[in-house]
Amino acid sequence: MSESIHIHPGSTAHDAVHDDHHHGHHEQSFISKYIFSQDHKTIGKQFLITGIIWAIIGGLFSVLFRLQLGYPDQSFPILETFFGHWAEGGTIKPEFYYALVTMHGTVLVFFVLTAGLSGTFANLLIPLQVGARDMASPFMNMLSYWFFFMASIVMIASLFIHTGPASGGWTVYPPLSALGQASEGSKLGMDLWIVAMALFVVSSLLGGLNYIATILNMRTKGMSMTRLPLTIWALFFTAVLGVLSFPVLFSGLLLLLFDRNLGTSFYLSDIVVGTDILPNEGGSAILFQHLFWFLGHPEVYIILLPAMGMVSEILSVNARKPIFGYMAMLGSLFAIAILAFLVWAHHMFVTGLNPFLGSVFVLLTLLIAVPSAIKVFNWLTTLWRGNIRLFPSTLFAIGFVSLFISGGLTGIFLGNSTIDIHLHDTMFVVAHFHIVMGVASMFGMFAGVYHWFPKMFGRYLNSTLGYIHFWVTMIGSYLIFWPMHYEGLAGMPRRYLDKSIWKSFNQFGDLDKMITVVSIIVFAVQLMFVFNFFYSIFKGRKVTTTNPWGANTLEWTTPINPGHGNWTGEIPEVHRWAYDYGKDGREFIPQTEPVGANESKH
Amino acid sequence: MQTFFIVAILALGFLITFQIAKASEYVAVLRGEEKAKKQTNKVNAFLLLLFLIFGLIGVYYCNERLKGRILGDPASDHGVLIDRMLYITIAVTFVVFVITQVALFWFSYKYQQSDDRKAYYYPHNNKLELIWTVIPAIVLTVLVGFGIFYWFKITGKPPRNAMQVEIVGSQFKWEFRYPGKDSILGKKYYKKITGDNPLGQIWEDPANHDDIYVSGDPMHLIVNRPVQLVIGAKDVIHDVGLAHFRMKMDAVPGTPTTMWFTPTKTTAQMIKETGKSDFVYEISCDQMCGSGHTRMRGEIIVESQEEFDVWMAQQTPKYFAVFPDKNPNKPKTDTTGAATPAATTATGQQ
Repeated sequence: MSESIHIHPGSTAHDAVHDDHHHGHHEQSFISKYIFSQDHKTIGKQFLITGIIWAIIGGLFSVLFRLQLGYPDQSFPILETFFGHWAEGGTIKPEFYYALVTMHGTVLVFFVLTAGLSGTFANLLIPLQVGARDMASPFMNMLSYWFFFMASIVMIASLFIHTGPASGGWTVYPPLSALGQASEGSKLGMDLWIVAMALFVVSSLLGGLNYIATILNMRTKGMSMTRLPLTIWALFFTAVLGVLSFPVLFSGLLLLLFDRNLGTSFYLSDIVVGTDILPNEGGSAILFQHLFWFLGHPEVYIILLPAMGMVSEILSVNARKPIFGYMAMLGSLFAIAILAFLVWAHHMFVTGLNPFLGSVFVLLTLLIAVPSAIKVFNWLTTLWRGNIRLFPSTLFAIGFVSLFISGGLTGIFLGNSTIDIHLHDTMFVVAHFHIVMGVASMFGMFAGVYHWFPKMFGRYLNSTLGYIHFWVTMIGSYLIFWPMHYEGLAGMPRRYLDKSIWKSFNQFGDLDKMITVVSIIVFAVQLMFVFNFFYSIFKGRKVTTTNPWGANTLEWTTPINPGHGNWTGEIPEVHRWAYDYGKDGREFIPQTEPVGANESKH
Repeated sequence: MQTFFIVAILALGFLITFQIAKASEYVAVLRGEEKAKKQTNKVNAFLLLLFLIFGLIGVYYCNERLKGRILGDPASDHGVLIDRMLYITIAVTFVVFVITQVALFWFSYKYQQSDDRKAYYYPHNNKLELIWTVIPAIVLTVLVGFGIFYWFKITGKPPRNAMQVEIVGSQFKWEFRYPGKDSILGKKYYKKITGDNPLGQIWEDPANHDDIYVSGDPMHLIVNRPVQLVIGAKDVIHDVGLAHFRMKMDAVPGTPTTMWFTPTKTTAQMIKETGKSDFVYEISCDQMCGSGHTRMRGEIIVESQEEFDVWMAQQTPKYFAVFPDKNPNKPKTDTTGAATPAATTATGQQ
């Protein structure tokens, strides 16, 4: 660790950033300021903008395969123009369809909702809200972004090779992903996928360790752990989950790479592809699923927890009320983080898992519903008798809670192995996880962007566009995913690109068309948000006060456009928790204000 | 050309929206920001209320429209249990869903910002929190209890009189094998797989000699007779999905799996009940298995014991197809002389 990160609360900004090129004024070259920056705020913005680009790509892929699902018989010549032999005659080939589905999943789960979400907000908020000048190791933090960038380059490259990108689903189950002869996407594309994910794991570990170190060691004076805003607690548990589970994915993928290229048999046994009898014996294809889901399930919470944290913060600020049951919120975050590691096999109820083991996982899985329920009730009570300002950020936070309820409840169906027998791998699962993990976390992310945009860029997003963005996305999300549950109840398997030969699953043609049309509209509105985002960076209304939302947390005590080091003078001292809203008749009391003699206790 | 117009219209709509949005910001500044903020707050609060009302109506409408399209009554004994569990869960979760969503949107509407109201400082209440920890815990215990009870029934040992049928998936088809008169599926080894011996049966095992191999035709099952499926895969992971029986199990290369159930309705009965003359039980592959995943389809016919016996009588064991001279029903020539070369060919193909 370099000396420059050793910061005492009492030191001045000038001392704190005594990096070599920081003598005197903050004159930085373009490269060290915007590209290889070690400033956590800039790195956060880099994660966010890269995440947005990925989200456009991932979202566009979903629109393309929705076209196929909604209009399986129609041809779209424009597709051939863009995708050549993947869409000959304007119809999407099965290989292309599965490549799109796989990349949509990979991109959204890892590159957008992991890197783009916790990468952005952990970087932006941790030092600002705990009261630190920067991360524990700004250099590692910079590396974290650039490893993510390299992972992105490799993943993008895999889209352009002749045999196409990985196409075995984002879960890349072997043997399909291990055998080039079984699928086009399991050729070079799969190797690139593994390399990209390995780089991604490195990025995630570098980031995660930094977040944990910063939160534990670099809190300002008076900022005890129980005075931390819930955002920080959520980001802390997220980082812990990532640090403990990503290495398991890494080892699983490494073994897969060996099976693919070195002739080992970790996952392969008794295989005949076409007429080709493979020599591998003794491996277990199920082993990979255990390793994958040991990451894969915590991953769901890696995506969801930061959104929960931000929603807690935003609801409290805009309801002008303390978050209800801070300790219960904290406890439930902790419970979710622990249980996240103990439920992975609920993805594997129908793999031939020992039924007794299955029943243990049913119990542990449904246990998660208890802390989740606590969180929901606490959010509801936070709104109750508040004085709610319905900014776009508040609306997205309310939307998050609504989606989290809807998607959480369908989790009770799938976590119950008895029902899962029927619903496993059907469209019900697709509807469930898109609502609870995909769209809900996206809502959390949007809420965060609308709320902290003024801190990031010193300007506001256009709120009229924000309201349109919210309402179309909210209505659209329910229109897309709510009726999809019925397809699943009918047993319609997921990842079917054409239902015409099936007698049991071809009764939803009109529904699939509706979903496709709505998803195109929703996608267009997201583009509008992206436009609003970039336009407002340069032309948005300027922020004129340091604390535009009247919030208590420390980031609003920094200058409107904080430099590297965040506070110009000393780092403020903290005297209270972050949620004194509406106390003793005062609208808000910042954390930095000493507790008064006559103040009531809570 | 059509695409061009769509893109043009989208772009135009976008431009207009943006201009309005920008203008509204200026108008807000002109009219006084506070006033404009109050106005939008009211509008959005009202929209949240509308969303709740129309959302609940939409949930009802969606159910009315689509409930007839899910699969109807289950056609197996396990299916009845699974559906019962499903409906118990729907009932419980629907109550929670309505209560929490109504509370969420109603509070957001009711407690919208107003100058007359001060937010109520209410940081915690241990009793309340205890209540809503304990109640969900109890409800979930009940659901877990039911779930595990049914789960063990479904995944427990099959009854003694269960017949066995093997089902093997490979890109992108299903193959079946019946154990024949001895009710034992003969041993197999994947390296024995050839064009003549698609499942890799080991001919030295006498239990293989009467095994019936079926491919391209539907699987036949007997109504009200428990059946245990012995499930395997040759190349990648597949999944035997039987939507009407509500059953599902992965087919994993190298790791055989099983599942059992009792079909309770014949195909003929289902044709009558559903009113669809082309009704057929389908086997769907539910685990992504490559480019042909979508068309990996099999069929099952459920029939009476008599019909099944008639069908079975028409089948000849694969063993006799490979070694025609061992077939007692075929005109015999010189048994020993002809069998030897055939056997050598079979071993030679390993």
